[in-house]
Amino acid sequence: MPNNSPVGKPIPIEVIEESLYEVRRKIYPRSVSGLFARWRFIIVFATQLLFYGLPWVSWNGRQAVLFDLIQRKFYIFGLVLWPQDVIYLTLLLILSALALFLFTAIAGRLFCGYACPQTVYTEIFMWIERKVEGDRFARIRLDGEEWPWGLRKWRLKITKHALWLLIAFWTGFTFIGYFTPIETLGSAVLHLALGPWQTFWLCFYAFATWGNAGFMREQVCKYMCPYARFQSVMVDKDTFLVTYDKVRGEPRGSRSKSADHQSLGLGDCVDCSICVQVCPTGIDIRDGLQYMCIGCGACIDACDQVMEKVEYPKGLIRYTTERAIEDKESNQSAIRHILRPRVLIYIAFITVLTAAFLISLLTRNPLRVDVMRDRGALAREVDGVRIENIYRIQIMNASENSMKVNIKASGLDNLKILNSQGKEVGVIDVAPASNQLLPIKVSAEIGQNESGNYPIHFDINAQEQDGEKIITRTRDEKSSFFIPR
Amino acid sequence: MSDFLSGGWSTYIALVALVGIFWCIWLLFSQRKVTVVHTADGEVADTGHVWDGDLRELNNPLPRWWMWMFLLSCIFGLVYLVLYPGLGSFPGILGYSTRGSLMESMTTSNDELKPVYAKYVNMDIIDVAADPKAREMGQRLFLNSCAQCHGSDAGGAKGFPNLADHDWLYGGTPENIKATITYGRAGVMPSFAAVLTSGQIKDVANYVRSLSGLPADELRVARGAEIFKANCVACHGGDGKGNTAIGAPNLTDKTWLYGGSEATITETLTKGRNAMMPAQDKVLSPEKIQVLTAYVWGLSNNKPDQTK
Repeated sequence: MPNNSPVGKPIPIEVIEESLYEVRRKIYPRSVSGLFARWRFIIVFATQLLFYGLPWVSWNGRQAVLFDLIQRKFYIFGLVLWPQDVIYLTLLLILSALALFLFTAIAGRLFCGYACPQTVYTEIFMWIERKVEGDRFARIRLDGEEWPWGLRKWRLKITKHALWLLIAFWTGFTFIGYFTPIETLGSAVLHLALGPWQTFWLCFYAFATWGNAGFMREQVCKYMCPYARFQSVMVDKDTFLVTYDKVRGEPRGSRSKSADHQSLGLGDCVDCSICVQVCPTGIDIRDGLQYMCIGCGACIDACDQVMEKVEYPKGLIRYTTERAIEDKESNQSAIRHILRPRVLIYIAFITVLTAAFLISLLTRNPLRVDVMRDRGALAREVDGVRIENIYRIQIMNASENSMKVNIKASGLDNLKILNSQGKEVGVIDVAPASNQLLPIKVSAEIGQNESGNYPIHFDINAQEQDGEKIITRTRDEKSSFFIPR
Repeated sequence: MSDFLSGGWSTYIALVALVGIFWCIWLLFSQRKVTVVHTADGEVADTGHVWDGDLRELNNPLPRWWMWMFLLSCIFGLVYLVLYPGLGSFPGILGYSTRGSLMESMTTSNDELKPVYAKYVNMDIIDVAADPKAREMGQRLFLNSCAQCHGSDAGGAKGFPNLADHDWLYGGTPENIKATITYGRAGVMPSFAAVLTSGQIKDVANYVRSLSGLPADELRVARGAEIFKANCVACHGGDGKGNTAIGAPNLTDKTWLYGGSEATITETLTKGRNAMMPAQDKVLSPEKIQVLTAYVWGLSNNKPDQTK
């Protein structure tokens, strides 16, 4: 093998043949307590309270948040969104992406460490695992027990998986509860009366939760997740990251508590390896920034406890920036670099988009109208005195109140609107959250205009009955009117 | 595969698919052992490939579960090719086709809709027409299946009859309308170019206009009446009132399918006309035809106030 590696790697000493397909080494993270562990608990609790609790909230006599796929109506508290409102979803996704960029630029993979469902469910599953099987060493010992398993091992494993599956199925149940009223789902599950797709999604979601949080864990972050990879490129010299202070820590080594390590030529790292034991992805933070690091801060909590015990200053592993470590700056002065151009640009985008999002949502017009001109016949003559064009008018009422709708046409003199029975259209009642399709004839007098295509407008005026209050909604739809030769 | 004349192409495509899959499996197993260089500090050495000065390509192993996923995908592919079409022209042992799938989902959706229509199937058409819910459904069916030719308002167009004007080529009873929708109609007006001179055709055109009380040349009308008696009465009747049994139009009611100007009538007589109402029995279920018939019948038999 060549020993002239361009980056000056050490000369290889051992050449062996091994499997390209590595068996996963199971990770047994040790439990940890401290500031970041507490924050993660709070955020796991908050996100799960939201996820599991939201479908049970009622609003105006219906489920507050319900995505009715069959009726294609998406209820979010007072808001009823239609498929036509997909722009809001787009905006929301863009905002989420920008927020991810912002957080990552400021403090690394905060999303991964605290809010990502993969982390959150792994955290919950590991908590159960710890309660049932014990902490790191108890679990290693338990898994080390040879086949055939003893009664205790069977009992612990079955208990653990039963609890995992309970949570997994509850998660799947909650998930389908966002698409079917959750209060009717319970009895449907008990009577095995779920539809085939509901059953599929319940089982699929439960299986994915159980598999990902119970078995795949860090493998998802290491090998599957694209966000994990591309967040690395958003990190710069001023990003706060979970960092091992090499300057202070090295050379590492064990020492007796009473010894003066400086005279021994040792750094502050006592090489207790607790930071490795607590890591949920099984890495050694002392090797520097790695793509496997999800930024959970478990090693910070663990190291601080050790530092406290050996009476060294805390923060050998801490949230700090690359620049601060290089320049031996304190975090107080490193924080001054937070407001750099890219952060300001992200904030500006987020502010503008959020404002646009809220303004357009608050001023959203629940009356929608589509005008479709008949293409089969351009125009026809009626009784030799009028020219008639045919349109389909689709009136959509996206509010939860009934509407009384009037249609007027303008753009040519004396335009007359009739329905397909040849009668006055009059006031159209559109029920709450429904739509109505109406074929109409629009006619103009012959001889008034030369032949050709004329732009016309449909002015649609609706009275929305909101309790005692009447709100006027209007729409102006463009179309064209054809006068033949 | 119908663009390929030789059956050999089918074999070729099948071979490409199979060889591809087996090559993937062979690749997976042939590469399962790699030579790895360990450096002095126990690290796995990189491949020696360096980009941009410091970007090294590492030589880390793949996770084992990834290998199983890969293998499962290959097996999935093989099973799929046995069950579904994909191997050249082999149709797969399940006999699946997109057309079959469409037919199946149409049958399913018709079955699902049966209860919605059940109420109307045995009802009298006239009663169905009076039901607002049925009218709403009928309108949707009409807009989907009929409006392309007859217009969204059923007002028709040149060559496509107006369905809302009480004037029926084949009769306006519910039974007649239902038969028209179910089995379709073919309306043929023969060409008289070989039988009559262009002068005679003009005479007939003037006579026909006079039947509807439209202005016409008196002399031509008189001549045209004679020619009409000799050539047209078989279908349009002695009084020109037509015959709904064969769809011959009434010529006395000022309603014109192709137009009532002298030029248009002359064209009709000279070139003839071929009208086609396509049969819907293969497209729409009998229940849908029932509701649609009621809607169409109701268009010209609406009670004084049926505006919404």
